[in-house]
Amino acid sequence: MANAQHAVAPLGGRLVTPVTVVLAGLTAIAGVILLIRFFFGLGAVTNISDGFPWGIWIAYDVMVGSALACGGYAMALLVYIFNRGEYHPLVRPALLASLFGYTLAGASVIFDLGRYWNVWHLFWPGYAQINSVMFEVGVCITAYIFVMWIEFSPVFLEKLGLKDVKRKLNKVLFFFIALGVLLPSMHQSSLGSLLVVFGYQVHPLWQTVLLPLLFLLTAILLGFAVVIFEASIVSVGFKRPGETPILASLSRIMYWLLAVYLVVRVGDLAWRGALGAMFVPGFEAAGFWVEMLAFAAPLWLLASAESRQRRDRLFVSAVLLMLGGFMLRINGFLIGYETGPGWHYFPAVPELMVTIGLIAFEILAYIVFVRMLPVLPKHATH
Amino acid sequence: MNLSRRNFLKGTVAGGALLTAGTAAEARPNKTMPPEALGLLFDSTLCIGCKACVAACKRVNNLPPDPISEEFPMWDAPLDISGSTFNIIKVYNSGKANRKDEEVDGYAFMKQSCLHCVDPSCVSACPVSAMIKDPVNGIVAYDPDACIGCRYCVAACPFGVPRFQYDKALPKIAKCELCRHRIPDGHYAACAEVCPTGATLYGKVTDLGVEAHRRLALKPGEKTSFPRGRLGGPDWSYQGVAGKYVQQVYGEKELGGTQMIKLAAVPFDKLGHRPLPERSYASISEGVQHTLYKYLALPAVVLGVLSVVAKRNTKHEDDDDDSSGRGRK
Ligand code: SF4
Ligand code: SF4
Ligand code: SF4
Repeated sequence: MANAQHAVAPLGGRLVTPVTVVLAGLTAIAGVILLIRFFFGLGAVTNISDGFPWGIWIAYDVMVGSALACGGYAMALLVYIFNRGEYHPLVRPALLASLFGYTLAGASVIFDLGRYWNVWHLFWPGYAQINSVMFEVGVCITAYIFVMWIEFSPVFLEKLGLKDVKRKLNKVLFFFIALGVLLPSMHQSSLGSLLVVFGYQVHPLWQTVLLPLLFLLTAILLGFAVVIFEASIVSVGFKRPGETPILASLSRIMYWLLAVYLVVRVGDLAWRGALGAMFVPGFEAAGFWVEMLAFAAPLWLLASAESRQRRDRLFVSAVLLMLGGFMLRINGFLIGYETGPGWHYFPAVPELMVTIGLIAFEILAYIVFVRMLPVLPKHATH
Repeated sequence: MNLSRRNFLKGTVAGGALLTAGTAAEARPNKTMPPEALGLLFDSTLCIGCKACVAACKRVNNLPPDPISEEFPMWDAPLDISGSTFNIIKVYNSGKANRKDEEVDGYAFMKQSCLHCVDPSCVSACPVSAMIKDPVNGIVAYDPDACIGCRYCVAACPFGVPRFQYDKALPKIAKCELCRHRIPDGHYAACAEVCPTGATLYGKVTDLGVEAHRRLALKPGEKTSFPRGRLGGPDWSYQGVAGKYVQQVYGEKELGGTQMIKLAAVPFDKLGHRPLPERSYASISEGVQHTLYKYLALPAVVLGVLSVVAKRNTKHEDDDDDSSGRGRK
């Protein structure tokens, strides 16, 4: 039984269902809007401006999207680095979600780049500008996407029956696993560093040289949260038994990491004398409170060992942490960002539809993958 | 806890400590003014709001007109710098606004265009070297052939200068490059060349600084002559009186200095120029970045440790056909 628990297998089942059809429809709409964008410029479908040159395509699709895709990173960190083998069944599904999350975050950058045909300059010595945080982010995320495909390739090789290749790959896989832990640590923290050069344009509640640490910690937290979230959804959505015991012990680690984060976050605000800013009424304070409450509530929800056994509490905590991580990034890049008077930003409908289409595509691809490839743990009861 | 894990934790803690130490360890100082730095002196008290400079800038940079709106397409009157306007004259208004260069019930003009920072955020931000500061004359130039259009420079510039062409399928960044394309043929900044009062003056930044301080030292109302066009040129023909200057040369210290410096009789924050620290944001940002990535030493060490640990923790499955048992036995 123990072994069967940890074998993986394709789920099988029908691919064309009402859910997948709706997802495909949303994806198609996004595709059409993107065509318009490429013919008529970014202004034709977005509300971005010189006061807000980055909209949700960057703040959500890239900043939040990649952080939500940190499940594979967080699990690899736990299993392969901290040697917590008991979490192994969570690795593959998490890695798959990460693969999609990151590949799509990477691909969606192209929609947002004004001069996308030059994007290769990032990797070309004569152009690369190594002092740029954006350079680090771009190169590191690209490298990570490749590393993840390599990490995930045993799944394809299994499917194709290429046992020999797989055995050889397994011999060097440890190196890619190590890279797969290093690279996200680097670029997730750099996503925070992106804001440092903005100086006064970022509200004091978010402008700090600790941004890299804050973004890194929340990326790992989000990774854990997403794993719990997905495991819950998958067990309900595909009518499979839950994995509560393992999630409960995972949430214990998450709990302590969260405690560390909150100490750093609040400590930094106090150190910089920025605590008072949270009581100045306005969008910034409101955004801050949503962010902080979303992080603080799970600390209370998961405080005891008993409460960590409860599926509902686990799920709610995971959702809250995802919200907290979302808000930290949206706050830093949009709500707490102010270039000067007179600039406003709220995403345009087509702009939103592209983001929704991207998420729809992600879910769709995930469904197709787990139905066709050995990703999820085989359950005796299915 | 096994040995490798302890090592890893040590590595993590060391990394975290480095990170936390923040900029202190590796912070670089502000960059310094290039030797032959060129720039502009804008004197708000001399500006009469004729906008000859706005028109001249458009002409020499081949920029299209910006009609006020679709409703009134007959006026080329840009309201701000934009994808098709590098330079603009804005006006400060207060109360009855009938006295020039008075803070109360007065009005005053202010030029907005690239300040050619000594330690520019846009250059530090740009991932592909499309924003380059000339090492000799300090002009901050833009190279569309390198640019990927990420707009990090737009977001980063503390003066809101680079603009992006949102309405174009093949857009560029738009910004003043101090007319560097006119230097080879002996010309200089068109905005300074056409300025009738010398409110916009071109020259070497050191000379402009001397001239700025000469004006600050004048008694308000005192008669004097002002140079026109370029400093060091022949034209000192403009006779005027010294303004009631705010005793500040904006751009001398702000964020490590700029190559366009400004004088005014109305406090600068009223003219859209906020007080800024002397430490450049680029130096803080690069300090953080270098602390984490200097010579890639820290990442390399971490990668080494991670590899050792990962190898150990996956060892038992090397010859295992079914990777599903990974980490279990
Ligand atoms: S004013 Fe802005 S665009 Fe001009 S050099 Fe400074 S940072 Fe760059
Ligand atoms: S938009 Fe172009 S010039 Fe500006 S930072 Fe990006 S690549 Fe550099
Ligand atoms: S220096 Fe040239 S490009 Fe810059 S504002 Fe003056 S005219 Fe325009």
